[in-house]
Amino acid sequence: MSTAILDLPEKEYIMPGTRTCAGCGLPIAYRFMLKALGPNTIMTHPACCLTILHGMYPKTPVGINAVNNTFASTAASAAGLAAGFKATGQDFTVLAMAGDGGTFDMGIQALSGAAERETDFIYVCYDNEAYMNTGVQRSSATPAGAMTTTTSVVPKEQSKKDFIQIMEAHHPAYLATTCSSYPGDVYNKFAKARNIKGTRFIHLAIPCPTGWGFHTRDTVKIGRLAVESAIIVLYEVEKGEVRLTGKSLSMAKSGRRKPVDEYLNMQGRFRKMTSAQVEEFQKQTDKHWEELLRRAGF
Amino acid sequence: MRPEVLTGEHFLTGDEACAEGALAAGCRFFGAYPITPATEIAERMALYLPEVGGTFIQMEDEIAAMAAVLGASSAGAKSMSATSGPGFSLMMENFGLGIYTEIPCVLVNVQRAGPSTGLPTMPAQGDMMQARWGSHGPYEVIALAPSSPQEMFYQTITAFNLSETFRLPVLIMADEVTGHLSEKVVIPEADAIKLQTRKLPRGRKDRFKPFQPGPDEVPPMAAAGEGYGIHVTGLTHDERGYPAMSPEAHEKLVARIVGKIRNNRHRIIQTESYRLDDAEIAIISYGVSGRSSLAAVDEAREKGIKAGLLRLITVWPFPEELIESLAKKMKALVTVEINLGQIHLEVERCSRGRCASFLVGHAGGTVISPDRILESLEAIHK
Repeated sequence: MSTAILDLPEKEYIMPGTRTCAGCGLPIAYRFMLKALGPNTIMTHPACCLTILHGMYPKTPVGINAVNNTFASTAASAAGLAAGFKATGQDFTVLAMAGDGGTFDMGIQALSGAAERETDFIYVCYDNEAYMNTGVQRSSATPAGAMTTTTSVVPKEQSKKDFIQIMEAHHPAYLATTCSSYPGDVYNKFAKARNIKGTRFIHLAIPCPTGWGFHTRDTVKIGRLAVESAIIVLYEVEKGEVRLTGKSLSMAKSGRRKPVDEYLNMQGRFRKMTSAQVEEFQKQTDKHWEELLRRAGF
Repeated sequence: MRPEVLTGEHFLTGDEACAEGALAAGCRFFGAYPITPATEIAERMALYLPEVGGTFIQMEDEIAAMAAVLGASSAGAKSMSATSGPGFSLMMENFGLGIYTEIPCVLVNVQRAGPSTGLPTMPAQGDMMQARWGSHGPYEVIALAPSSPQEMFYQTITAFNLSETFRLPVLIMADEVTGHLSEKVVIPEADAIKLQTRKLPRGRKDRFKPFQPGPDEVPPMAAAGEGYGIHVTGLTHDERGYPAMSPEAHEKLVARIVGKIRNNRHRIIQTESYRLDDAEIAIISYGVSGRSSLAAVDEAREKGIKAGLLRLITVWPFPEELIESLAKKMKALVTVEINLGQIHLEVERCSRGRCASFLVGHAGGTVISPDRILESLEAIHK
């Protein structure tokens, strides 16, 4: 299933204006997510950049109901919501949404528990690769070579945690990756997830000009570069079958892929990377891409 | 490389001064997790700890941060963490473990307005009772309340000294304004800073009992790996550190960990008096509210109201005798704090009905202005 941009619902669930930083990728994706999920959605989220966006009336009115939970508890809060709706005979889409800190680090226990119990909900990790809401501290989603305020002298030495693999090991009913620079891909994946029962996990890559050090006009460009270099791969997994989507699918078919350099060079956070680190980054990107190509039957 | 002690005059925020105090006190491990308004302490420690041979780890949450602090201290390193509201709540179980297993360390709470996520970027002093009773069970704590960046520096050193002397996690209960305020901070020469380190065991290693207290009720502490046999448990334990599952053993151990603070309270408690000698109304305050109170006392005096200030530098253990003696002399005690009455209730308890007791407070989000305190003093004076 795929929807052309012109066929997207006109109804808006986030109104114009936002409290997020200039150039934030999050409102772009959130707008299309909510178009796909519709008004019958209850969302739960912890303290994170989304709290900055969400419902600070009148700056960003949001047209769905929302619950703000504690930082470690997003998926557990969603499990409670899903159970409560079941108990009271109501039919809502339960959307849990947290950043990389609230998912890769602090929220992993609650999410793993909810996924193992096959909780009927959609969990979205919007990944901007550091604790941006508190001012850019490293997380386990921060890639090696990136500077943050807690890896400012020596850039982060460890690689990004392969969280998508961790979630795949839970065998969720639906797993997908997407990026805010591709609203059509975002819409399609949430529209699909909405109609599946069980645990649905979506990894949403969000470029962050504040934390990554690029010009606010380049948010969409950076996200596209990430996909065009296969640092972010757009795909979905159902019953162990990998299917590439959108730009990643056309890249697989054409065999065209950009090297990682342009993506890295556009961002201040990578300015201390050595050529050996860039080489390693490219190597890991190649390996990840080739593995996904193999699994997707290319 | 930078020196361990950044001797000289600096223009620092309270959070930065806290980190400098920790480095000067010999802190060599920081277990971090970002949270407003305490993150800047972690950021400065991330920057400078490696330069003095220490280790900074950004952990996966506050539970892990506090657990790692206990671990690092058990291994022999002076250790600390810093957090605020929600993180402080998450650290409480491990804080209680640290109290019961007598692990020295320092935990800073740069208080923001709660409950829950509250007002993350705005000040409060609403966690004072949580500092006292936030973990389960009966115990005693030491909590300090700095009111300026300079005090953030010194009290961090004091907190480490107290934690090492009495073997417990010591709390620094700062607030958002004190944490983010920039002021002159004077850092003395390294040899002018008096440091305490934990009492080490002596004697035969095979006869060592890790929880056998000295006359001060504090047991010496061996670090893991020094050759002493140690067993540490959050279960009730005997002098050997082995679980001792009886009401008698429990009574004995809890009485000691409570007693080592209560019986040494005169060595621990620090307060500061201002114009109290001839006062009729005494303000009791601490932290940033202590500064507003200082201004209010002078303004009240100009209006002919005999006001004075007792500023609590140590909030826990509470200066019970001092408050009681003030209550005997004063017409009224006025507690000024950014909450709806926490230390106020302690003041009321300790005054034992000997004089009137009032609260000047609000739920949090901003400092209490001297004008508001003055209004109350005028109303009481009438």
